[in-house]
Amino acid sequence: MVGLAIGVVGVSFGAIAISRGEPAWVPLTMSLTVFAAGAQLAALDITLGGGGTAAAVAAGLVLNARLPLFGLAVADVLGGVRWPARLLGSHALVDQSAAFALAQREPARRRAAFFVCGALLYVMWNLGTLLGVVAGRAMGDPGALGLDAAEPMVLLALVLPALREPRTRRAALLGAAIALGCTPFLPGGLPVLVALVGVAAAAAGGGTGGSRGAGGPHGTGGSHDTGGPHGTGGSHDTGGARGPGGTHDTDGSHGAAGAEGNA
Amino acid sequence: MTPLAVLLLAVGTFGLRLSGPLLSDRIELGDRARQLLSASTTVLLCALVATSSLTADHAFAGWARPAGVLVGGALAARRAPFLAAVVAAAATTGALRWLGVD
Repeated sequence: MVGLAIGVVGVSFGAIAISRGEPAWVPLTMSLTVFAAGAQLAALDITLGGGGTAAAVAAGLVLNARLPLFGLAVADVLGGVRWPARLLGSHALVDQSAAFALAQREPARRRAAFFVCGALLYVMWNLGTLLGVVAGRAMGDPGALGLDAAEPMVLLALVLPALREPRTRRAALLGAAIALGCTPFLPGGLPVLVALVGVAAAAAGGGTGGSRGAGGPHGTGGSHDTGGPHGTGGSHDTGGARGPGGTHDTDGSHGAAGAEGNA
Repeated sequence: MTPLAVLLLAVGTFGLRLSGPLLSDRIELGDRARQLLSASTTVLLCALVATSSLTADHAFAGWARPAGVLVGGALAARRAPFLAAVVAAAATTGALRWLGVD
């Protein structure tokens, strides 16, 4: 099922590349060798916007700078296999395969989840790209079909189980708010990395023993940076709404992001 | 896009992929570090969801895309079949755009 969803994203990548005038080998080779949706789309965007090789490559690699972290998180999966399998497995390391592996507790199931998911995603991503290239001209604007909503939705669905843990959820919502806040000012890919401040804040909040219960509503109460308490407070409120209601949260957070973007 | 750009992106990306497992051979991670790593992954993914649903080209992406993502996410949270959630997400976004909401 995730494979089909990724196939849909692959279709949109192929179709976007072709409809904006790239030769067919570009999306096809990228999907085979890079195999990272965000990086491929970012590099393509920059190239089509007139950016050079260096800018396109840098943006793609910054977007992929999270891969070593995922690699460390699933290192037990890739550490227990022989080198050829490890090299192949490394190529299969993507957000979804890492998320699937991390959702499994047992080592054997983790490994199976990682490799099956990774291989399936690779096949579907490339089939999707091929289909998108073929259908590119006929389809017109992929945005009209809403295909751009598929990729974030897939990631959201994968991360939902991990969000049940309150501390992780607070860190994640804080991180997301930070990423949104700095998106207007930073080059693509960096805001997501800046979001890791959310982990540090949550760790600091949890580590000051005793104050955890009381610290709840205020989040990282007593953290050193002055920006922290306010930002944290705001995102916690929206965070509360996200779980049950959903809609209000997004309205709130991107009201702010939108305002900054327009400013 | 130049062949050189594709090549550099491919080689660089593979290097990043391989560096995680390679590093883990050299450093031993405690429980606390593992917890933090796992939380980092979740935070990164959430930030990716937020930025890729709400922003495009450093500005607000319009209402249609986040609406689709929310509809799909709500279905997934209610344990609807994954493909149904994905189709609902794309359909919501597509329908909103067709109605003139972007």
